[in-house]
Amino acid sequence: MVYVAFFAGALGAVGGAVAVIALRNPFYSVLALVVHLVSLAGLFLLLYAQFIAAAQVVVYAGAVMVLYVFVAAYVGAVEEPIWEPIPGQRFLAPLLAVALFVELSIAVLGTGLKALDTEGPQVHSGFGTPGQIGTLLLERFLIVFETASILLLVAAVGAVVLAARHRQPEGSE
Amino acid sequence: MDVTWYIVLSALLFAIGAGGVLIRRSPLVILLCLELMLNAGNLALVAFSRAHGNQEGQVFALIVMVVAACEVVVGLGLIVAMFRRRLPLNVDEMRGLRG
Repeated sequence: MVYVAFFAGALGAVGGAVAVIALRNPFYSVLALVVHLVSLAGLFLLLYAQFIAAAQVVVYAGAVMVLYVFVAAYVGAVEEPIWEPIPGQRFLAPLLAVALFVELSIAVLGTGLKALDTEGPQVHSGFGTPGQIGTLLLERFLIVFETASILLLVAAVGAVVLAARHRQPEGSE
Repeated sequence: MDVTWYIVLSALLFAIGAGGVLIRRSPLVILLCLELMLNAGNLALVAFSRAHGNQEGQVFALIVMVVAACEVVVGLGLIVAMFRRRLPLNVDEMRGLRG
């Protein structure tokens, strides 16, 4: 049962990821990324990370993807020229990605970490629930939590400054 | 279900994302591929947190999500600004820095 759920999630995640880079229209790429994120949320549930799974669906698939959809609709389809700055880039780039995957797999499979070849220890029933994560965030990682909120504020202000319509002093626009 | 499966899957997703950054030329799709790579990292973090029975990895994954959201907001703001100024939405033509 766990195997079926894992392979269903993995298939969705890999399929969504491939569709993101294979589809020509950015709008469809965004929708493929939503499929990818929801599949990943299922995998997080299998790993007993309920709160992360919920945050993934609500924050990512809900909020961030809506932002992407709006920008994709605003900018419209971008035609990508066939012209390549580096000769053979279309063939070299996938080759490099495959090499990266092989290298990472060798690193993972060749590692001596004993914990990786098990299902992990038996976890208590509250593992990964919002209450437990919240306790950790507000007690042990309080500074991290506050820094994250300041970072979000800075990013919001930065986005407004970047995307705002600037008034040209010469009146050229 | 061994944790190794999840780590290998996350390596595969990371490689797909990296390949996408190298192949695609539209800044919007490159941002999407960055999301793919960040999510692959998140999957690895959550898998390691399961392997050690320790929830701190999940807190780390949550913070990665926050940073990803910030990156998206600033990146999309840049794309909108480029579009407004009628600059080409192609990372190969936007290769110079100008004040």
